Amino acid sequence: MDTMMLQEKLVEKLLCPRTRTTRQKDKQYVGFATLPNQVHRKSVKKGFDFTLMVAGESGLGKSTIVNSLFLTDLYKDRKLLNAEERINQTVEITKHTVDIEEKGVKLKLTIVDTPGFGDAVNNNECWKPITDYIDQQFEQYFRDESGLNRKNILDNRVHCCLYFIPPFGHGLRPVDVEFMKALHEKVNIIPLISKADCLTPSEVKKLKGRVRDEIEHFGIKVYQFPECDSDEEEEFKQMDKELKECTPFAVIGSNTVVEARGQRVRGRLYPWGIVEVENQSHCDFVKLRNMLIRSHMHDLKDVTCDVHYENYRANCIQEMTSKLAQDNRTDSPLPILPLPTPDVETEKLIKMKDEELKKMQEMLEKMQQQMHEKDQ
Amino acid sequence: MASSDVVRQMDKNARPLALSGHVGFDSLPDQLVNKSTSQGFCFNILCIGETGIGKSTLMDTLFNTNFENFESSHFEPKVKLRAQTYDLQESNVRLKLTVVNTVGFGDQMNKQESYQHIVDYIDTQFESYLQEELKIKRSLHNYHDSRIHACLYFIAPSGHSLKSLDLVTMKKLDSKVNIIPVIAKADTISKSELHKFKIKIMSELVSNGVQIYQFPIDDESVAKINTAMNGHLPFAVVGSTEEVNIGTKMVKARQYPWGVVQVENESHCDFVKLREMLICVNMEDLREQTHSRHYELYRRCKLEEMGFRDTDPESKPVSLQQTYEEKRQEFLGELQRREEEMRQTFVQRVKEKESELKDAERELQGKFEQLKRMHAEEKSKLEEKRRSLEEDMSVFSKRRAASELLQAQTFNTSSNNKKDKDRKNSGFM
Repeated sequence: MDTMMLQEKLVEKLLCPRTRTTRQKDKQYVGFATLPNQVHRKSVKKGFDFTLMVAGESGLGKSTIVNSLFLTDLYKDRKLLNAEERINQTVEITKHTVDIEEKGVKLKLTIVDTPGFGDAVNNNECWKPITDYIDQQFEQYFRDESGLNRKNILDNRVHCCLYFIPPFGHGLRPVDVEFMKALHEKVNIIPLISKADCLTPSEVKKLKGRVRDEIEHFGIKVYQFPECDSDEEEEFKQMDKELKECTPFAVIGSNTVVEARGQRVRGRLYPWGIVEVENQSHCDFVKLRNMLIRSHMHDLKDVTCDVHYENYRANCIQEMTSKLAQDNRTDSPLPILPLPTPDVETEKLIKMKDEELKKMQEMLEKMQQQMHEKDQ
Repeated sequence: MASSDVVRQMDKNARPLALSGHVGFDSLPDQLVNKSTSQGFCFNILCIGETGIGKSTLMDTLFNTNFENFESSHFEPKVKLRAQTYDLQESNVRLKLTVVNTVGFGDQMNKQESYQHIVDYIDTQFESYLQEELKIKRSLHNYHDSRIHACLYFIAPSGHSLKSLDLVTMKKLDSKVNIIPVIAKADTISKSELHKFKIKIMSELVSNGVQIYQFPIDDESVAKINTAMNGHLPFAVVGSTEEVNIGTKMVKARQYPWGVVQVENESHCDFVKLREMLICVNMEDLREQTHSRHYELYRRCKLEEMGFRDTDPESKPVSLQQTYEEKRQEFLGELQRREEEMRQTFVQRVKEKESELKDAERELQGKFEQLKRMHAEEKSKLEEKRRSLEEDMSVFSKRRAASELLQAQTFNTSSNNKKDKDRKNSGFM
C-alpha cells in the first residue's frame, strides 16, 4: 500500500467536517456527534502555533531542510561567518517567525536557530545558551500561567528540536552525545542524519543502526512515537511500525527545483544522476515531513506541555518549597511568586509544611522552658 | 643533495666548450635512475581528517591495494597518529610507502590541542633524521627516511567554507610539510556548489596566509599540466574500493539509488587528477621539497636554538667544528664550576656536621659526669646508712650479750643462792 496515499486518507478523515451520518430518524438522536466538527471549527478560527528548533554544526543543511519542509525561504538574508571568525564563536539563538496558511488553517511557525553550535575550536558546554533559552521560555510560561490576567498567554515553548548528525563519521560524536543528554529532558529531540546523499543504502542502514545503538547505550531519551491504538487499521499499524524502524531519518534537502522524469521536483542535480528529495527510495524526507507536520505535530506539542513543561514546573516548585522549609523565621511561608490560585497539591504541601514547622517550634519552646526551669 | 633551485653559475674559470663528437656522458641520468631503482624509493604520506571522512578508503583507492584498516571510535580522548609501512612494487620499481593516519582528530569537545600532536610527530621525524646526519658513523643511504613528504588534509564537504579547526591546523603545519588539501566525500556536493566552495576555501587560505603546496611550474615538461592543476585545487575526491559493472567494464564506483558515481571519471570527481599529481608527476618533487625546504628550515631552527651560528659576532664565518669546540669548552667549564660548587657545599656540610657532633659529644659528656656525681652521692648515702645500720647491729648485739650475761648471772646467783642456802643449811647442821 502506498504510504503516502494512506497518510492522505488519514489526513482527510481528520480534516473534513463530519457529516451527520448518524442522523437517525428515531428520537434517541442527541447530537453530540457534531462535537468534533465544533472543535475543528474553533481550532481553525483560533489558529495554531508551533516552535521548532534546529541544532547542529554549520554546513549540515539545516536551513535547506527547513526551507524544504515548509516550502518557503526563511533564510534569505543570512550572513555566514568565515572560518577565522568562527574559531572563538559563541552560540547564538535566533528566531524567525512566519505566518503560513493552508486550506484556511493558519499556522504561526517559529524556527529557533542556533548558529555557532559546535563551530568553535573549543566547544565545551556549547549547549548552555540553548538550554538556558529553553528554560527561559518555560519560566516565562510558568509566570504567565500563574499570573492574574491569563487571557493572552504567548506560548513560546520549544515544541520540537531537530538535531542534525553529520553522515561523515561512524556514528555519534562526543559533542552530539553531550548535547542530546543536556536537552533530552527539556525538549522533544528528533535526531536526523543530514546530507544523506553521500551514503549508499547499505551505509545508511549501518549508520542508522549504529546511531540507534549508541542512543540506547548513552541513555538518551529521544522523542518516541506514541503507540497506535489497537483499534486502528492494520495498514496504519504497519505504517507506524515502519516509521519507528526508520529512525533516525536520513534526510536530504534542496532549495532548487530540477527536471526529473518529466516532472519538476525538488532535487539536487549531479553529473551521475538526480536526487529527488521527495522520493522515498532516495531518502526519508517524506517520512520526516509526514511525521513532523501531518501526523504528529500536535502530539509533539502535547508531550512538551504534559511532560517536559510539567517536569520543569514540578522541579521549580520543589526547589521553592525546600528553600522555604530551611527558612524558619516566618510562621507562614510567603510564596516567592504570587500564587493566587495554587494547585490543590501545592496547597496541601504548603499546609503540611506549615503544620510541621508549627509543631517543631512548639517543641523547641517546650524544651527551652524545661531547660530554664532546670536552671532555676 | 642538490637543492631544487640550483642555478648553473658561470664560473670565471670555466668556459663553455663545444664537443666535436659523442662522448657519452648523456647516460648519466640513466645511471642515476638505475641506481635509485635498485635502491628502491621511499614515500611517506600523512592523512589528516576527521574520523570517518574517508582517509583510509582514499589511500586504498589511490594505491589500488587493501591496507588493513580498522574503524576508529569517535570517543578518543586525544589525537593520536598511527603509522603503517608497506612495500609495494610496480613493474620493476619498489616503493616503501608509509601511511600515517590521525586517530580521533576533530572528535574532542575542546580541540585546542589537536594540532600539537601532529606537529610533534612531524618534528620527531625531522629530529631523528637530524640525529642521523650528525652522527659520526652514519649510513644515510641505508637510513629509512621517515620524514613526511606529503600531507593530505581532508576537508569536510559542508559546502560553506573551512572549519575553524582546519584553519588553525593548516596554519601550524604549512611551514613543516607540503599540504595538499582535498575535499573528501565530494559526491555530496553538486557542481555549482563545488565551484563556489573551492573558491571560498582558496580565498580563506590565502587571506590567512596559509601556504599550501603548489605544483612546480619551473620544469618545462610538466609546467603546463601543473599550472592547470594548480587551478583545480583543492581536489574534490571520492574513494571507493568496491567495483560496479558499467557497460562492459568493472570500475571502482559507488552505487546509489539515483546513479553511480565513478571514481575514475573526471567529470564526476577529481580523483584522477589527484593520483596524477601526487604519484605520477610530482612525487619526486614532493620529496625534494621536504628535504630542501622544510627539513632545512627545521634544522636551522634547531641548531640556532642549540646556539650554533654560521657567523660569529664579528661577522666572520664560523665553521661548525669551531662552534662545536667552543660549545664543548663552555660545557666543560660549566661542568668544572659546578663540580667546585658541589665540593664547596660538601665541605661546608661536613664541617657543620662535625661541629654538631662535637656539641653532641660535649653534651653527652656533661650528662655522664652528672650521672656519675649523682651515683657517688647515692653511694655515700648508702654507705652512711649501712654504717648506722651496723652500729645499730653492734649495739643490739652488745645489749643482747649484756642481757645474756645478766641472765647467766642471775642464774648463777640463784644457783649460788641455792648453794649458799644449801651451805647455809648444811652449815647449820
